[in-house]
Amino acid sequence: MVKPLIIRGGRVIDPHNRVNGPRDVVFKDGRVAEVSEKAPAIEGAAIVDARGCWVLPGLIDLHVHLREPGDEGKETILTGCRAAVAGGFTAVVAMPNTRPINDSPLVTRYVQGRAREAGLCDVFVAGAISKGLKGEEMAEIGELASAGCKCITDDGFPVMNAGLLRRAFLYARAFSLPVMLHEEDLTLSARGVMTEGHRATRLGLMPIPRSAEVSMVARDLAIAEETGARVHFAHLSCEGSVRLVREAKRRGVSATAEATPHHFTLTDAAVEGYDTNAKMNPPLRQMEDVKAIREALADGTIDAIATDHAPHGPLDKEVEFDKAANGVIGLETALPLALELVQQGVLSKERAVELLTIGPARAFGLPGGHLGAGAPANVTVVDPDAKWIIDPMAFFSKSRNTPFHGRSVIGKVSHTIVGGRVVFEGGQIVENG
Amino acid sequence: MSAPRATRNPHLLGIEGLDRSFIEALFELAREHKRAVASGTPRTPLAGRAVANLFFEDSTRTRTSFEIAAKTMGAEVLNWTVAGSSVSKGESLLDTAKNVDAIGPGAIIIRHSSSGAALLVSRYVRCSVINAGDGAHEHPSQALLDAFTLQDRFGTLEGKRVLIAGDILHSRVARSNIYCLRLLGAEVLVSGPPTLIPRDIEMLGCKVAPSFRSAVEMADAVMMLRLQAERQLDQAFPSAREYAAHWGLTGALAQQMKDGAVVLHPGPVNRGVELSPEVADGVRSTILDQVANGVAIRMAILETFAW
Repeated sequence: MVKPLIIRGGRVIDPHNRVNGPRDVVFKDGRVAEVSEKAPAIEGAAIVDARGCWVLPGLIDLHVHLREPGDEGKETILTGCRAAVAGGFTAVVAMPNTRPINDSPLVTRYVQGRAREAGLCDVFVAGAISKGLKGEEMAEIGELASAGCKCITDDGFPVMNAGLLRRAFLYARAFSLPVMLHEEDLTLSARGVMTEGHRATRLGLMPIPRSAEVSMVARDLAIAEETGARVHFAHLSCEGSVRLVREAKRRGVSATAEATPHHFTLTDAAVEGYDTNAKMNPPLRQMEDVKAIREALADGTIDAIATDHAPHGPLDKEVEFDKAANGVIGLETALPLALELVQQGVLSKERAVELLTIGPARAFGLPGGHLGAGAPANVTVVDPDAKWIIDPMAFFSKSRNTPFHGRSVIGKVSHTIVGGRVVFEGGQIVENG
Repeated sequence: MSAPRATRNPHLLGIEGLDRSFIEALFELAREHKRAVASGTPRTPLAGRAVANLFFEDSTRTRTSFEIAAKTMGAEVLNWTVAGSSVSKGESLLDTAKNVDAIGPGAIIIRHSSSGAALLVSRYVRCSVINAGDGAHEHPSQALLDAFTLQDRFGTLEGKRVLIAGDILHSRVARSNIYCLRLLGAEVLVSGPPTLIPRDIEMLGCKVAPSFRSAVEMADAVMMLRLQAERQLDQAFPSAREYAAHWGLTGALAQQMKDGAVVLHPGPVNRGVELSPEVADGVRSTILDQVANGVAIRMAILETFAW
């Protein structure tokens, strides 16, 4: 049993409990015991001095690729968890596109076991919608749910077969599992490698039209509305997509959505020079889309900021642009990029925190995301004034594929606390035991 | 005259970013080489040097043209082709390029199916990189020889209207030509099946012609692009027959062209598809001039970049 911990002198921002002010936070037995203006001393308690800092519910990332099993050269569950806690995340959701694919309880339990051994943060597991992510037959969704999967998704691929998806929507309701959707009509994206527009035309790179995403969002909202499924749209990138989700939510469709820091920060200008670190799927779009994503983050259309942390090494990235792998890492840069939106007046502090905590917790029904009494003792302490420069060589992730190399940002994680234990402090991981 | 100094770096990766005076100096140098070769006394500024042809895609015209240009100027030519080389054994582009660079050529002349391949290689080698075509991006030597041919024919490109027709989406020739012709003062129109006209192509400095036929009738020069067989597999248009009927330059249509207007083609021609045989071989055709000028332009390019 971990000893009690008191976080003193910080500003607690806990949107779910409408707290935003100087508070002490007391953890006992891995739970929040008390949030008060002046907590009494406790014999034997550890103290975290949070003066000048924000004390947030532990950040939750709904969308990470930890690459284990199968691609341990790019990331392992241990290195991914280190990157997570260094970036302030106390919980992540691991995508099923590993090798073997997580379409069976065996793989789910393997990931859970490796995460327990890492002992750094909560790793929730997403199972596959279809066997082998092939989009042909349903995976054993009930067995995946029994093994503890928190959602199902074929992320990395769309489910092109609408009939299969409709059955999965209906079937997943029996297990109260949200269905996370990577929206891309493969007949529209075809051989495309970046968003359609003048830059793709100039660079001679084959274009991915927005309709590849937007038409699938439209299709799946229609199926979700009809079936009453809980759907979650991964990494929305287009103005048209957020417009559809906004309208559907107003009508009461049970949908949630996420956006990534790269999609709300960058445009396809980042691809200039054929920078493969700016190649991902969905691709970076243009300014009107970035603006729309930002508005959707602010107005509640989008519920969560998720990283789509996708580690790749030089073998997959130091190559011709059209041959390069899709994806960027994001765990160690998401928080300061979200805070950029606060600094720019796009989001209030509270809204930014919501998008990283209670928003994702609600979307998948995960514990935490707030600091009410009895909540998990997961906290992220942030120095909101710390200026730093993003340096991939300093990442805890095994991979370096970020388009934010060299960017000046403000706001740095000073402590990450999971289950009442400090797991990241002073720029260092505090390994388990 | 001496070779124009490369303004940005020792690589020729594209026309975009070059300036007009640099192109005009290259043309002057090409003219000088052409005269010297014609008089039987070619200059040999590359004597004792080597250049490497690194072609990852099939090419006869461009590779041979560079080879003759280099040899005429006294250089050794290393031909590193895909078949029978380490490339077919799974070696990466960068590994291959670094190995060729280590052999010590003054320049690598590279053709590759990926847009950006020449730029990528240029970041990892010590020698100059000359882009002989990267994916759908640029093919600078082709655009230079096309513009050179037109300037030869017309005296100037200022105010001339050039139509580029066909598969603009996948064409590096089109992109390089749009930049080059615009720099030299021409107006550029593009035309083709809407499935093969990329979005916002106007932002490169051209206009999309409302009708292929009327654009042909108004143009001083019509550049017909090669239709690649793969495009039909993409179903960008229903059939070669229909393509030829709507976007092919037939003898009848060529008769509607302005007096003195010319027809270009980067080759190889699909006779009867984008260009009918009587036009390819007719008086308006500059196809063989283009090939001949290609050697002179590539001599100027190599003298400028392969040191």
